[in-house]
Amino acid sequence: MTARIGVVTFPGSLDDRDTRRAITLAGAEPVALWHKDKDLGQVDAVVLPGGFSYGDYLRAGAISRFSPVMESVIEQAKAGLPVLGICNGFQVLTEAHLLPGGMLGNDHLHFICRDQKLRVENAGTAWTGDYRQGQEIHIPLKNMDGRYVADEYTLDKLEAEGRVVFRYLDLNPNGSLRDIAGITNEAGNVVGLMPHPEHAVEPLIGTGRTDGLPFFTSILKKLVNA
Amino acid sequence: MARVVVDVMLKPEILDPQGQAVQRALPRLGFTGISDVRQGKRFELEVEGPVDEAALARIHDLAESFLANTVIEDFTVKVEEVAGAAE
Repeated sequence: MTARIGVVTFPGSLDDRDTRRAITLAGAEPVALWHKDKDLGQVDAVVLPGGFSYGDYLRAGAISRFSPVMESVIEQAKAGLPVLGICNGFQVLTEAHLLPGGMLGNDHLHFICRDQKLRVENAGTAWTGDYRQGQEIHIPLKNMDGRYVADEYTLDKLEAEGRVVFRYLDLNPNGSLRDIAGITNEAGNVVGLMPHPEHAVEPLIGTGRTDGLPFFTSILKKLVNA
Repeated sequence: MARVVVDVMLKPEILDPQGQAVQRALPRLGFTGISDVRQGKRFELEVEGPVDEAALARIHDLAESFLANTVIEDFTVKVEEVAGAAE
């Protein structure tokens, strides 16, 4: 039996379908989850996709964090369920305190959309096993609130524990502290990042590269081998 | 009915580019002598019934868990007006 990976749709999610497609291309079975679902329906992992859930009206991700589905996601993430948050999903994970720090408006106050170069700083998480440590990849980035902030103590702790998973290379697109593009929790099962791997899984679209696909093959391999 | 106001501000050490953009526009508009601007959010909560200690405690919890993200923001809670309430 293949791995079942849930993708949550919040009101305002944009990239849920692309994420489900990426999961299919990687060889796993995508399962559509609705924000009002209390039950995750026996999925092996969950992706919180990009978008503007609940319009980002209070703060990005702040209202979604209290949706019924997140009760189960938070509980099960703490128990080891692999969870990936992409862009708005990353914002939801920080609001839910599954990941430390917070996300704020880009320092230049503009929406940004570009092909972003990243370095894989940690190839040991549930979602990055198919990358090489130090590998440089290009995947699309598009956001308004992508500035990662945390206090110095938290930043030092993240660095010391190898929990900075991705760093921006060449250009810091939003003022994120220490060029941080993605982080993981202590256990390595919860990962959040601002750029969009699900938009770089087929050569015909996005960057023309498939640098995002290893996210989805990594988790599949981890689940199948588990 | 009474109104409780929750003010939310980014923590002082966190860069506020919106406030800076406003501050930079001031000299152009003829306002001088303002060295810094920070922009925050104000929530006005119309509360049914008396705003007693228990009600304020609940609003404090609401502000702390939802209206503000205390990782990046500070907040204050104050009662603005009490009209027709017991006491």
